[in-house]
Amino acid sequence: MARSGAAEADPPGEREHRRLAASLTARYSDWVLEALDELPGSFLLTDPALPGHPIVYASRGLAALTGYARRDVLGRNARLFQGAATARAAVAGVREAVRAHRPHQVPILNYRRDGSPHWVLLHLAPVFHAGDGRVLHFLAVQVPIAAAKRRTHPSCAAASGAVLAACREEARVEEDFPCAAHTGKVFVDMDKRGLEAEEPRVASDSEKEMAISMAESIVSALNRYSKLTGLVVSRKRCDSVGIPALSSSLNLSLGRIKQSFVLTYSCLPDMPIIYASDAFISLTGYSREDILGCNTRVLNGPDTSLEVLEEINQHICSEQACTVDLQSYRKDGSSFRDLLHVSPIRDASGKVSFHIWVHLDMGAKHDFSGLTPEVWQLGAVAAVRVAVRGLSASGSLLRPSQ
Amino acid sequence: MEMKLTIRRVPTVVSNYQDDADKPRAGCGRNCLGDCCLPASKLPLYAFKANLAKRSQEDAASTKSLVNILLTEWEDRMARGLFRYDVTACETKVIPGNLGFVAQLNEGRHLKKRPTEFRVDRVLQPFDPAKFNFTKVGQEEVLFQFENGAGEDSYFLNSAPITAVDRAPNVVAINVSPIEYGHVLLIPRVLDRLPQRIDPESFLLALQMAAEAASPYFRLGYNSLGAFATINHLHFQAYYLSVPFPVEKAATHKIPLSEDTMKCGVTVSKLINYPVRGLVFEGGNTLDDLANVVSSACIWLQDNNVPYNVLISDCGKRVFLFPQCYAEKQALGEVSQELLDTQVNPAVWEISGHIVLKRRNDYEEASETSAWKLLAEVSLSEERFEEVKAYIFSAAGLVQSDDEEVVSEGEDTTYAPAPVAPLPVAEGCLVLQ
Repeated sequence: MARSGAAEADPPGEREHRRLAASLTARYSDWVLEALDELPGSFLLTDPALPGHPIVYASRGLAALTGYARRDVLGRNARLFQGAATARAAVAGVREAVRAHRPHQVPILNYRRDGSPHWVLLHLAPVFHAGDGRVLHFLAVQVPIAAAKRRTHPSCAAASGAVLAACREEARVEEDFPCAAHTGKVFVDMDKRGLEAEEPRVASDSEKEMAISMAESIVSALNRYSKLTGLVVSRKRCDSVGIPALSSSLNLSLGRIKQSFVLTYSCLPDMPIIYASDAFISLTGYSREDILGCNTRVLNGPDTSLEVLEEINQHICSEQACTVDLQSYRKDGSSFRDLLHVSPIRDASGKVSFHIWVHLDMGAKHDFSGLTPEVWQLGAVAAVRVAVRGLSASGSLLRPSQ
Repeated sequence: MEMKLTIRRVPTVVSNYQDDADKPRAGCGRNCLGDCCLPASKLPLYAFKANLAKRSQEDAASTKSLVNILLTEWEDRMARGLFRYDVTACETKVIPGNLGFVAQLNEGRHLKKRPTEFRVDRVLQPFDPAKFNFTKVGQEEVLFQFENGAGEDSYFLNSAPITAVDRAPNVVAINVSPIEYGHVLLIPRVLDRLPQRIDPESFLLALQMAAEAASPYFRLGYNSLGAFATINHLHFQAYYLSVPFPVEKAATHKIPLSEDTMKCGVTVSKLINYPVRGLVFEGGNTLDDLANVVSSACIWLQDNNVPYNVLISDCGKRVFLFPQCYAEKQALGEVSQELLDTQVNPAVWEISGHIVLKRRNDYEEASETSAWKLLAEVSLSEERFEEVKAYIFSAAGLVQSDDEEVVSEGEDTTYAPAPVAPLPVAEGCLVLQ
């Protein structure tokens, strides 16, 4: 097509730039950039849904604080501010906050473009979609921490020394390949200036307040230019069928699973579908609005074997997994030979809260990564189990009801 | 010194073939990992790339990544019913507090008890072919061979002949008594019947596995004999749990090293404000650098009969080393009955903050303070720790620099749970309208 041909001709940088800009403009009006540009201070917006969790916006004030121009940082992971003396322990704290989609404030040792280290108070906050509770962006405000008059106790180091860099998550990391980065090594500077800067600093109350008030004004600017007011529909639907919303962290983890599957919620009568993967949507032709809240029987049709359905039922009742071969139906009425695996998924309390239904169209060609189709399907089950188990243990499985 | 210390031990069954270990068998038709069956067999193969620092070709959720393949194969063994219990049915929670200890209630893991006399006062003991070892494991318990493919990219084959002709294969097998979903054992050169003892090559392999997994939630651990290893056949444990471990969040204090020592890029820190005293090794210009430093430290410990545990964290970039003395205290009757009653064995996962409890009461009442109390029993005293640290440094060729110690005396040794600080920000306060 002529259109895609034109896109190919674009220099890759240009295309990349548009992709990043779309992260903002798809959700806000075009004026949002100007509004953000007028705000003082150093802050960033990152998009966890894009590969590599890149920076999609950098404030004007960033250059003065860090020496990085906007074009230097857009599209890169915020890890670039990390350096040799960055404490890994605090990185773990930031990583945890990002994973759990929680706000977090921590003093960290960042590195400027010229390699010199400097202490900032990092204030990290997720920005949620009001409609479905997804995380759209992470906001990272950096407030410089002034040197304290007296030396701080080393035992205070507990709270210090993280880096914004850790904006990555469980599965995301597989892609980020942190071992490849070792960005810190670039900055090994032997002069004393660096060593002094390594000494932990504690943010003052006024620095903490400044970070919070900056974050508030940024979010209120985002709200003013938000396009996201028309999503009441999906919210209403969720309410009317009474299915709870999965937490944004769980949604994000599930979104990375390639197989075609749905999750049904076992704690409600008739086990409604609570999640449907992209591959399932394209396999069956149903949209999420169509399918969420429904029972999986919508996929049944005249040639679906009742005996096989009964077999699935029995396995569900005895909390056993099963793999069956049956005829399923798409939204348009066409049918396909369906290799279906159904398995109970337990939450951290050990109770079955979901069932996963992995569908495979036996008539279509697939890349099973060298595995048999049956085992390949189990990959989705494994990925769902670890996501549910990890998030459930820290209490962030379902979105808290408001 | 030659006094023989023994304690009654209840070993965890890690393989379905373990119970048969003492029964003599004529021939072998079991498809085991021994010389009789393995060389003529085919097993899946995961070959990792030569340059682990190279960014993976595959995208994040690729079904070809090591963690995905491992978990997929693990789920398959679960579907085949190879585990003794369903670990996902075990309750798990994060205990409120600063460090966030992870507690699991596992009432089934130790039900099948077989009391054994286990010698705990020797960290190095010769391999005993008569006792249970991994060559007796059935091949269905193996997930794949794990080898250096020496190529540009990593790859997985569903079935491959035993690749190394000149050398026994490394295998990754399930632990049939898992403490977490995806719990596996990495057994270097299984046919070589190495005793539980760290050597540089095997330790490098463990680091390579962590690097290839490329996820901070996939960690490897090692327990020496006397530090709650239950099988004297060289193995590392590993599993995936997407929760940060307390030890990974604990503060550290960097030990200044001489410029000469700094050349290999490895830094050494001491854990502070954590119940167990330990050293943290980080960085290194290459994985080999880190492997060499840490394995030299381990070798000194085992050669000098100091039991220890090792946690490999952060994709192989951070290694925690804990010399410990719990078994010795236990044998000398110095551990309180209250703690003994919990039957918790403080091995590498417990020390790192993932604690498997066996009694419901302990689970329900678990607090940061109770976890702290348990782990503190494992730690060497400050005096002994410093002594061991000095030996480790000289064994690993590390020279502490004379630069001023930034620490004012005593400040870094406040070993007590810190009060929980309230989060400076209200949770979920930012909702886009």
